[in-house]
Amino acid sequence: MSELVLQQVSRWYRNVVAVNDVTMTIGPGVTGLLGPNGAGKSTLIAMMSGFLAPSSGTVTLDGTPVWRHEQLYRQIGLVPEREAAYDNLTGGQFVVANAELQGVADPNAAATRAIATVEMQPAQHRKIATYSKGMRQRIKMASALVHDPTVLLLDEPFNGMDPRQRLHLIDLLRRMGAEGRTVMFSSHILEEVEQVASHIEVMVAGRHAASGDFGAIRRLMTDRPNRYLIRTDDDRSLASQLIGDASCRGVILRSDDGLDVEVVDFGRFAVVLPQLAHSAGIRLLEVKPTDESLESVFAYLVSA
Amino acid sequence: MTNATIVGLTVRNGLGSRRAVMLVVLPVVLVGLAITVRALVGVDADATEGVMVGLGITVILPLVALICSTSVLAAEVDDGSIVYLLAKPISRHTIVVSKYLVAATATALFIALPIMLAAAIMTGELRGAIGYAAGALLGSVAYSAIFLLLSVVTRHAVATGLVYVLIWEGLLGGLLSGVRWLSIGHWSNALAVSITDENTLPDAVSPAYAIIATVVVTVAAIYLAGDRLRSFRLTGDE
Repeated sequence: MSELVLQQVSRWYRNVVAVNDVTMTIGPGVTGLLGPNGAGKSTLIAMMSGFLAPSSGTVTLDGTPVWRHEQLYRQIGLVPEREAAYDNLTGGQFVVANAELQGVADPNAAATRAIATVEMQPAQHRKIATYSKGMRQRIKMASALVHDPTVLLLDEPFNGMDPRQRLHLIDLLRRMGAEGRTVMFSSHILEEVEQVASHIEVMVAGRHAASGDFGAIRRLMTDRPNRYLIRTDDDRSLASQLIGDASCRGVILRSDDGLDVEVVDFGRFAVVLPQLAHSAGIRLLEVKPTDESLESVFAYLVSA
Repeated sequence: MTNATIVGLTVRNGLGSRRAVMLVVLPVVLVGLAITVRALVGVDADATEGVMVGLGITVILPLVALICSTSVLAAEVDDGSIVYLLAKPISRHTIVVSKYLVAATATALFIALPIMLAAAIMTGELRGAIGYAAGALLGSVAYSAIFLLLSVVTRHAVATGLVYVLIWEGLLGGLLSGVRWLSIGHWSNALAVSITDENTLPDAVSPAYAIIATVVVTVAAIYLAGDRLRSFRLTGDE
């Protein structure tokens, strides 16, 4: 069980601030680092993996600063974004070399295990130069797992993967998290994070914009309009009730049945809806948020 | 102080690159010139010095060392694959010493042997061959360390190395006599001349100084390179 702690971490390049006063704790389980390109995700991962010194603040792994402490790499597995690996080697040789460099007791056995974990046995005797993007990603993953690290850091691991490889990686990351490893991966694609991460850290323009599970992030945004689908036994009657209340800004009657409701005051809406329905004798059949996807939350965060 | 895996990876990848072509071309040019000059003017002290020192030790030796040293490290720094070596619980000095071992050995093979051959052809003597080979070996030791340091200090190691070779070792080394105390080319030459010729000039750099200076520069450059590697920054695309 390992814990990465960032304390008031900032990083600037001359007069450009890449990461601005970020404090977060990454514990066991899968954490998604979400943000648009240029939000400072790679800079943050570089600092977490000891490849960049914070301009101010500290990054520690179980209490030890990561910067200039190469012994910490016993615990850390890093999957960098860049594709370059040792193209002249076969995938198998590359993973064995990584095991040897990590100083594991039986490099060949460890490599065999790691290659099996990423299901690269069929291609392990081919040169890395012949690999597709997704295969490179998996062999990089195997090289990061070969020493059984407690912390796994992945920079944009889903880039260039086809849907099948994507599902495989999602499954793999979930398994790593369930085993109690501290897994963090960055992504600018929302559905990826939503599918894998039990915990999400959102970066926007170098700032730590939000933190928590998806619902917690969502609740931070009660001041933005939320959309709901409501089905009742008398849609038109409820529509007239709702539009009369300050918590709603718009109601649309669907052509099939049901109401699309745009809510501006979530707290008030939650209280008023059952009261209105009850007093008008309307039965609520279904109340469902329709934009509860990370995409809409993210779009909101970015535009804010 | 060395790591067998790093040495193995370095030999397979670094020296397998396209730059290796130059490692063959440059020594061939030197030996070819030695054969031509010997055929045209016979054994001649001035011609020998011109080819062996003017071209061999001053130009080709540092170029070969530059190619070898940047191949073993700068290429990995460029494409980012160095991260697989650095994200390991291995002392940075072990990484640098392992890289240095490959670079210096390759430099010695690709330049000391051809220089020995060229000197043998031009002087027709075993002593001449051994003298210039010893000088070239000394140069290989120091240049490899300096260029390895450049590879971790700057992303433009090849350009910086060329400027250093041309301006400091070539131009200023020829114009200002004081530079000889701080010039690897002059140290190599001093060792070579001390073996090939009993009548060395009284104000020349002594071979003892040349050897000590080479050791100091080599150890310092390797130490600095290792220390610098501890602070290696992996710059992202952002």
